[in-house]
Amino acid sequence: MVMSKHARRDLRNGLLFVSPWLVGLTLFTLLPAFLSLYYSFNDYSVLTKPVYVGAANYQDLLEDDQFHTSIANTLLFGVMALPATTILALILAFLLQETNRFHGFFRMLFLLPALMPMVALALLWQFIFRADVGIANEFLEGVFLFFGLEQIGIDQGPNWLGSTLWSKPALVVTMLWGAGQPMVIYLAGMKEIPSALYDAAEMDGANWYHKARHITIPMLSPVIYFNIIVGTIGILQVFSVPYVMMGPQGDPLRSSLFYLMYLFDQAFRKFNMGYACAMAWLLFVAIAALTYFAHRVSISRVYYGGR
Amino acid sequence: MRHSFLKFSLWFLAALFWGSAAQVCGQPVESEKPEKIQVIYWEKWGDFEGNAMKNLVQAFNSSQNRIEVVYVHVRDNRTKTLLATAGGNPPDVAGVFPDVLPKYAEKEAIIPLDSLMLRDNIQPDRYLPAIISICQYKGHTWALPTTPTNLALYYNKRMFREAGLDPEKPPKTLAELSDYARKLTVVNSEGKITRLGFSPELPRWFRARWIYWFGGEIWNGTDRMTLDSPEFVAMLTWMQSFTKDFGLEQLQRFQAGEGPFNSPQNLFISGQVGMQLQGVWMANFIEKNSGNLEWGVAPFPTAREGEPPTTFVDCDVLVIPKGCKHPQEAWEFIRFVQQQKNMEQLCSEQWKFTPLVQVSESFYKTHPHPQIQLFRNLAESPNAVPSPRLAIFDDFKQELDHAIDSVLLLESTPEEAAALAQKKVQARLHRQVEQWSRVEVERKKSWHDSMTFSGTLPVPVALHEGRQ
Repeated sequence: MVMSKHARRDLRNGLLFVSPWLVGLTLFTLLPAFLSLYYSFNDYSVLTKPVYVGAANYQDLLEDDQFHTSIANTLLFGVMALPATTILALILAFLLQETNRFHGFFRMLFLLPALMPMVALALLWQFIFRADVGIANEFLEGVFLFFGLEQIGIDQGPNWLGSTLWSKPALVVTMLWGAGQPMVIYLAGMKEIPSALYDAAEMDGANWYHKARHITIPMLSPVIYFNIIVGTIGILQVFSVPYVMMGPQGDPLRSSLFYLMYLFDQAFRKFNMGYACAMAWLLFVAIAALTYFAHRVSISRVYYGGR
Repeated sequence: MRHSFLKFSLWFLAALFWGSAAQVCGQPVESEKPEKIQVIYWEKWGDFEGNAMKNLVQAFNSSQNRIEVVYVHVRDNRTKTLLATAGGNPPDVAGVFPDVLPKYAEKEAIIPLDSLMLRDNIQPDRYLPAIISICQYKGHTWALPTTPTNLALYYNKRMFREAGLDPEKPPKTLAELSDYARKLTVVNSEGKITRLGFSPELPRWFRARWIYWFGGEIWNGTDRMTLDSPEFVAMLTWMQSFTKDFGLEQLQRFQAGEGPFNSPQNLFISGQVGMQLQGVWMANFIEKNSGNLEWGVAPFPTAREGEPPTTFVDCDVLVIPKGCKHPQEAWEFIRFVQQQKNMEQLCSEQWKFTPLVQVSESFYKTHPHPQIQLFRNLAESPNAVPSPRLAIFDDFKQELDHAIDSVLLLESTPEEAAALAQKKVQARLHRQVEQWSRVEVERKKSWHDSMTFSGTLPVPVALHEGRQ
């Protein structure tokens, strides 16, 4: 390609200014990523040299039932957490889109929990969900008494963190505190919707439900699509909250052993680094596939009319 | 004008960045050479147990002026030590639990100590046989002891009296123990447990050790796990019996109220649990946290009647990670700790007995633990089982936890849980034995090389036995 001297100089300058970031990206992100692909075909324990074993790690993964458990747990958790967070964020955004005197204060109020450090969040909810003195169960007992449910035997909240059935719902509730982030993005998206559309709809006799369903949601669909992609990537990699709340083994009985927790266990406790690298690349392929699938679905569902 | 100034400043910043990067990568950072050689010592002990070792460290530092040992309290140091070694920057001395020794040895994370012991005349037979066997693996000695421990029954004498039991007659068999546990448990009018006689989960630390009171083992010592043995199933059944006796929900809620171990809210120290399996150190923690607990000790009861007193023997040990900066000086410190006088001081301050065969008379006279002789006798009993040297101990512990959890949550029978655990851990052991047979020759040669610091025995340093 023939470039003018001016253009060439501009390119050189631009590259030079970007060079520190490029070097960092290569050294600290790209290089380790490709090394991990190499290690996934080796038996590598970090303290001793890697030994080539071909696809043995991947084969072992297929037969490893803890691996299967972690996948099932992660998917089940994702199916519960992603819709819950999205719907909650949308509802909050709807409720907060009015610009009245206190709208700034309330938006901040709902955003703050999403900014809490993960470990503090986990410890706090661990306390809330305690079977004997936790606020969750005290609140539930009050609700049951109010509705007179103790007569049919429902008088106590479950042992949230000690039960295989309730550990994942407890985690979903904990992660709901992160709904503040998508909520803010939805609010920004709602500002972009031309109010002429709403005015026209009102003249045709639309109420809040029609407006929401036929104007807001379709106009927000790019934003919803974006949040779902980002949410999927994040939720499939959930780690710090269950690690602190439920313990590194995903107690009880591995009901909260998620994919990254198992990976971490293999990498940094068992020192099966090659095995863990294989897991990491499988996760990458899975997330890429899910993103592509979402993209295909979005072609017919997402409306970019505003752009 | 503005354009060229902007360009100049951006160029300047870029040059600054690259210049400093080059300098940082170019030379190693030269810190000022301290006068003394610093030996970094990572130890798991904090609080008063840590103070006992810090006293020894201070004694060592003031006894000579060539080496300075720096004591660093590191929690969870079994993972951190291995990570630091893998990262090439380990401490010079690390105080670890010995069940990591086989893994550390096979992964070449620590240095064998045999040649150093030989050179400095530290004989293995100066230690109690159970203790020194804990430090040895595949023909080498990998660590030396600091403080030994074993386990016994601690019980609340006042609770015994209030329940109509003789406080001088603790249970002798596990059947008696279950019986006493039921008598000691108090349930209030709402069905909540206010006082518990006994639970194998208070504390949860000894899940891998109950098997020994059933006369069983976790493996045959070479290539087969024994988790499908009748003793193991009997152990799971016994553990489950308490959940069945006291109710899953009630027991879980009571156990959830356990405060931190080293606090007055410890359920045994606060007088809410009647009997516990605990270690020799427990008397220290009772005394520091409670004013008026009336407690007694006895050998923990066995499954069968008439067995000699049974206990599990373990030991805190010191290792020298491979690749540390000052292995020679690290060894000097370890040697200092091994002197009888120093060892007795350390063990006495931690309320434990000593690992040495020879014990001075004053040790028992000045020892703070009122029942230390009982623990020492237990350690010398024929049924004193030393901590096993299983290379896949972590995997075994995970499957054991799973088996015990599923049994205690009443989600599977003891037979099912035992069979599943056996299958999974045996597969893992089989793979590990295979892997070892492939690398054995090369690994043993590497051990030999690291032991002699690549070829030549290190020059002895003049540090006499008995010097103050």
